[in-house]
Amino acid sequence: MSRKQRIKKGVDIRLSGRPADSVTSAPSASVYAVKPPDFTGVIPKLCVRIGDLVEAGTCIFYDKKTPSVQFVSPVAGTVKEIVRGAKRRILAVEIEASENNIYRDFGVLDVDKSDKNAILSRVLEGGMFPYIRQRPFDVIANPEDSPRSIHVSGFDSSPLAASTSIALEGRMSDFQNGINALAKLAGVSGVHLGIKNTDATLAGVRNCEITEFEGPHPSGNVGIQLHHTAPLSKGEVVWTLGYQDVANLGAMLSSGKYIPTKVVAVGGSECATPQHVKTLAGASVSSIVNVPATASNGDSVRVISGSPLTGDQISKDDYLGAFHSAIALLAEGSEPKFLLTEGWLGLGLKRFSLNHSFPTWLMPKSKEWNLDTNMGGEERAFVVTGEYEKVFPMDIYPQHLIKSIIVNDIDSMEKLGIYEVAPEDFALCEYGCTSKIPVQKLVREGLDNLRNELG
Amino acid sequence: MKVLHKLIESVKPHFEEGGKLSKFWVVFDSLETFTFTPGHVTKSGSHIRDGIDLKRTMFTVIVALIPALLFGTWNIGDQYFASIGQEADLLEKMLIGAIKVIPLIVVSYGVGLGIEFYFAAKRGHGINEGFLVSGMLIPLIMPVDVPLWMVAVAVAFAVIIGKEVFGGTGMNIVNVALTSRAFLFFAYPKQMSGEIWIHDVASSKGADLLVDGHTGATALGQLAGTVGKVIDTPAVQVIMGLFADGGMFSLHNCIIGNIPGSIGETSVIAILIGAVVLISTGIGSLRIMASFLAGGLFMGFLFNLMGMNAFMTLAPLHQIVIGGFMFGMVFMATDPVTAASTNTGKLIYGFLGGFLSIMIRVFNPAYPEGVMMAILFMNVMAPMIDHYVLQANINRRQKRLQNI
Repeated sequence: MSRKQRIKKGVDIRLSGRPADSVTSAPSASVYAVKPPDFTGVIPKLCVRIGDLVEAGTCIFYDKKTPSVQFVSPVAGTVKEIVRGAKRRILAVEIEASENNIYRDFGVLDVDKSDKNAILSRVLEGGMFPYIRQRPFDVIANPEDSPRSIHVSGFDSSPLAASTSIALEGRMSDFQNGINALAKLAGVSGVHLGIKNTDATLAGVRNCEITEFEGPHPSGNVGIQLHHTAPLSKGEVVWTLGYQDVANLGAMLSSGKYIPTKVVAVGGSECATPQHVKTLAGASVSSIVNVPATASNGDSVRVISGSPLTGDQISKDDYLGAFHSAIALLAEGSEPKFLLTEGWLGLGLKRFSLNHSFPTWLMPKSKEWNLDTNMGGEERAFVVTGEYEKVFPMDIYPQHLIKSIIVNDIDSMEKLGIYEVAPEDFALCEYGCTSKIPVQKLVREGLDNLRNELG
Repeated sequence: MKVLHKLIESVKPHFEEGGKLSKFWVVFDSLETFTFTPGHVTKSGSHIRDGIDLKRTMFTVIVALIPALLFGTWNIGDQYFASIGQEADLLEKMLIGAIKVIPLIVVSYGVGLGIEFYFAAKRGHGINEGFLVSGMLIPLIMPVDVPLWMVAVAVAFAVIIGKEVFGGTGMNIVNVALTSRAFLFFAYPKQMSGEIWIHDVASSKGADLLVDGHTGATALGQLAGTVGKVIDTPAVQVIMGLFADGGMFSLHNCIIGNIPGSIGETSVIAILIGAVVLISTGIGSLRIMASFLAGGLFMGFLFNLMGMNAFMTLAPLHQIVIGGFMFGMVFMATDPVTAASTNTGKLIYGFLGGFLSIMIRVFNPAYPEGVMMAILFMNVMAPMIDHYVLQANINRRQKRLQNI
């Protein structure tokens, strides 16, 4: 019998261009990339040079602070380019795939007969460890920590997200194997899996504590699930990972090969054929989706790796992010909007708003919205109160926490519960903010400052 | 609209840095962003955003004020003609009202926005929309015959000392509009009491035009006269008669609003229409309004039980429909910047605000506008209320830590 938990606060933003239930396999991309900035909190040290031959599973770079955490190549090929940004920061390591994919063999590991250390060292070696994140701070986990528990969200509730049943089709034994391995890594509280009440795909998974979540986004965020099952206190560490990564982890242990399969939901108003696409982590966008030159509103098209609420803006020549299982194509909104037609004083029929001064709340819930990337106003000081609370299902005062982050008051941040949160949990607060405060950016800065402060 | 946008774009270089008119960039920028929501696209965080912004929020409050403004305008004329015993039609009444109200609005916005523009230019940020509401609230809480220069001084005081010294919109401790009213009340007590509540009542009196019994005092002014006197004395009975059915301040008249008072505060119906706008859009806090109302009714009920003077015996419902109680409840107490910011805090803040409003006006007849004092006091207390609400949350979290 699984526990049931209802999340009342939050909202589902139904964007047009939702991916259809069909899955197609993407043609193998010619170039893949591993992007260090995807792995928050990591300082990359390269172990390859341009021109080096790599196998799928060869170490590309490791974390300077914890060298055992290796980031490996998704395919076999040649290191084509090391893209650097300001201050020579490594932005991406591009690998040109060879025709035959050669896998580095890590050897088969029987999870049931192995102990914690054997599993951990195989996960590290096999390149799956970087997919494990930790709370507090929402950064890549440290293998030396012993986590209180491991939390896996079995569904993604954000707009245009992939569906669990499609993404894990035919992969249930890998998923179960992954959970079994995690159960050995987790502390006494074990593995917690949050599933959607309307989707029974993962209901039969064993060796973990299952909680059934009902309610709108952000109920699929692991942080929200964590808060409602076993809230995190100061001094505790938990690990979190995505459900597709659990299956990949299980597959890596049972096959000895690193194959970072991703079923990516490709959608958005500017996407011609919204669907699920099966590919590998780090695949080039061009191999997954055809990006139109101009959007339907005549503006350019924004390519988002990840959810429209939390993802990264990338160019159409870029690569899928390591933690992303969605690509959204939205229209940019750089055309100024006249006040009476579509601006601030207009009726606002085209705007999906959390505020009732727009007619959104009177429209049918099934309506799909075609939203662009316009800010919808300018940044201001905090004026309105009680707005974030409506879409923030935690026993935390979001606006007060953000204010303590703005003034960098470490003591208040701790007291107000910053250890439990990640930027993604604030995405809806940021969406509906009247004052257009860059909330997710602030939370990230707050977490980073706190992490530096604590050493 | 492309033509208009091109026109704006074509004059833009003059206002940009290095242009002839670069000093007036703030003015240009605010007008540009007023007519066109800028084409800024998201740079970090969520790629899609809500259409709500501060302009729309503030404008909704102004829409909510329109019924009170229109009624107030009519009421100025109505009170004037009633005081001199003349019949007049709607248009004449509105005309008299407009002659009084429009200059007040012009002075309020002119002085306030002027100061805002100055500070925005000096600090190098855009104009915050906060004063759009304050500038409309201030005329509505003024007596009709207040001298314009006094309004100008009060607005300047409120905007500079009440808001800008704290950092501008969003940072102020006390409500800007109420600060201006309080400033007048304490700086010019003589001018702010007596015969200013009905247009020209002093000169009408001088010319012996005034209808018998018309003193031009407000309901609270009349009631203040009963405090400290025995209930049974004839003078008190005459005053209380005004509040009985058929009297000048009967429950019916107080709800309709055809009584003397500050311009926008008299009509409960007009104010409640505004409340419906604010609550249905979620821009005014229902929590604050409901708890404020409950607080006022509760204090009125307690006074009924005490019954020590005639003022106390007034029915709770009658208490809350006179004076600025309703206006303060809907438009002043709900100011999100100065009210409590936590949901629990809002309930406490509202209840105490309503409670104190009625208490102050009865206990201290020198401050007939108890609601003004009460809200300003609660504005100052709001951070403390929030502090304790947050502390409870913090304690819950720490308790969890100990339980492990």
